Amino acid sequence: MSKAIEVHNISKLYRLGAIGTGSLVHDLNRWWKTMRGQEDPYQLVGQVNDRSQKATSPYVWALKDISFSVNEGEVIGIIGKNGAGKSTLLKILSRITSPSQGEIRIKGRIASLLEVGTGFHPELSGRENIFLNGAILGMRKKEIKAKLDEIIDFSGVERYIDTPVKRYSSGMYVRLAFGVAAHLDPEILVIDEVLAVGDAEFQKKCIGKMQDVSRSEGRTVLFVSHNMAAVKSLCTQSIVLKNGMVDFEKGDTELAIQHYIRAEISASKILLRNRKDRSGRGRIQFTAVEYLNGAGEIVPSLISGEKAEIRAYYQNPEQFESINNKIEVSITHPEGIILIQFNNFLKNFPLKLNHKEGYVSVHIDRLPISGGQYFINLLVFSNDLLEDWVIHAGSLLVEEGDYYGYGVSSTGIKADHTWEEN
Amino acid sequence: MAENADPAQEWNLKIQPTSSFFELRLKELWAYRDLLFLFVRRDFISTYKQTLLGPLWFFIQPLLSSITFTFVFGKIAGIPTDGIPQILFYLTGLTCWNYFSECLTRTSSTFTTNSSIFGKVYFPRMVVPVSNVISNLFRFIIQFSLMLVFLAYYVFTGANVHPGPLILLTPVFLILMAGLGLGTGILVSSFTTKYRDFTFLLSFGVQLLMYTTPVIYPLSAMKNSSYKWLIDLNPMTPVIEGFRLAYLGAGEFTLSDLLYSTISMFVLLIVGLLIFNRVEKTFMDTV
Repeated sequence: MSKAIEVHNISKLYRLGAIGTGSLVHDLNRWWKTMRGQEDPYQLVGQVNDRSQKATSPYVWALKDISFSVNEGEVIGIIGKNGAGKSTLLKILSRITSPSQGEIRIKGRIASLLEVGTGFHPELSGRENIFLNGAILGMRKKEIKAKLDEIIDFSGVERYIDTPVKRYSSGMYVRLAFGVAAHLDPEILVIDEVLAVGDAEFQKKCIGKMQDVSRSEGRTVLFVSHNMAAVKSLCTQSIVLKNGMVDFEKGDTELAIQHYIRAEISASKILLRNRKDRSGRGRIQFTAVEYLNGAGEIVPSLISGEKAEIRAYYQNPEQFESINNKIEVSITHPEGIILIQFNNFLKNFPLKLNHKEGYVSVHIDRLPISGGQYFINLLVFSNDLLEDWVIHAGSLLVEEGDYYGYGVSSTGIKADHTWEEN
Repeated sequence: MAENADPAQEWNLKIQPTSSFFELRLKELWAYRDLLFLFVRRDFISTYKQTLLGPLWFFIQPLLSSITFTFVFGKIAGIPTDGIPQILFYLTGLTCWNYFSECLTRTSSTFTTNSSIFGKVYFPRMVVPVSNVISNLFRFIIQFSLMLVFLAYYVFTGANVHPGPLILLTPVFLILMAGLGLGTGILVSSFTTKYRDFTFLLSFGVQLLMYTTPVIYPLSAMKNSSYKWLIDLNPMTPVIEGFRLAYLGAGEFTLSDLLYSTISMFVLLIVGLLIFNRVEKTFMDTV
């Protein structure tokens, strides 16, 4: 089988912090060194990209020595947590930015979808935007013309095709945008998590279209996603990235996902002892938060639809006792909306909280929130007096899982339900 | 490095840290010509939608500027205009100058204004500045026709205005204005991606540049000035003087001046393109 993509020791160096006068000095220094045939001095001080550790050098390797190859017709998933270097790799593959070292060789026309509807102009009609967006994605006018009817049909916005897209509903907009993207005709397609758009029915249609494309038309696809359900259903093989390096070489997707989940388990406790932005009397105080999965392992992120445990550690140095203790753990959306409130009073569960150091746990059977970044807030009362209140005690990363069991992701709050038709 | 690469395999794209410096990549630009015209179309539609007067705005601006110039520089300061009716003199200069400066300023913000598109998809970035130059052409045509109306009026009333055969050089002048604006613009845009200081410098610089170009005065009035060398150095000077000579019959213009402007344009364009092509590869990291 011939190769479609070969990635050789790709590395990418980024400078942390702001660009200002300091960067001019560095630029001049770099220019002077490279002019005399020396190595870039800043590539020597680059650090491994581990965000949990404090940087000691302003230069960081977002990617370091990534190598893999993709055969023609393969559908490869690229997995990794935020900051693992997935997006950087995508950007390099899509030629949005260039690597600091290494080389990528590509055979065939490549198109990348990092977003749907890039370059859509609100004043232009749907039809005009199809042409504009198609051309931005690298299609020729006659190719678009040939596929115009198919695109309009796929997006189901025929009636509004000559209306400016600013009058479209957001669903129509996304459908039209995806319609153009789905009809791209390159040999190699690089896709970011653009599948997380539109309603569930449309998502299914998109996944179906992707599967058709890769299976019947033998197209090479690189798919980057947080959505394990989508990766599982689309990709036969996957690569796991971690801290800018390959953590799991290209292999079976099932194994890659297992590896990814297990690798992330390594302790990640959010410490709260040094937090100053808290209120309350402070006789009882929170000291840490932890997330655990169904197997009781500490994990950095939870998966929707699966068992989850949120553990809040507290300290009660004086070991004072009271009968009316109330702890509340809430999950909020980044915009501040409370999504779920867990409170021992709601379940009529008395808490003593009389250990010098201890913890309370909230066990959730099937986590009902969708993939995304959220916040955890902690609140403790004793005898109706506020002891400790920490807003945004920690961020909570939820990965989209297969809540409903049909491999289709959804947004918002999830709930068990059934359907009926008369 | 290539030990596992099949030697018979043909790669049609290689992504590397830096490519060779001397690469203009014009072929790639040509491959994206459809996008170029779609951008022009987009600019055109989006500018006129939801304005009452539409393209009329482009008449009003140069007309008001010319009237202001007539009062300030003509009447109050008493700067000569080679015997040409003042308003026509300023209008001619402004028509050329506006096209050049529009091309320059719009091109120079290429990276900053398009960073959201540039961050999501690859296409030769030069498509954007080139489409700007073409979109601006429309505005030039409007101002140019306004100028022609005034010219016709003064020719019929027998003023001291004599259009000559140099009119045939109009396309050349136009290419020079566009090319000089584009060349300077892409140079500036390459610097603004990292150091925004150039943005501030630009609006100020364009204004200063106008005063070293014979827009509000004829070159003949500067004969004995100690700043003449500065004006001669400006490649826009022959373009405006030549344009005036062609349409009004007054101006200092020789073929060697034209050659100087043409060479300057090519140098600016080539150097600009080389730097631009280099910057486009990594600008997303610094923008």
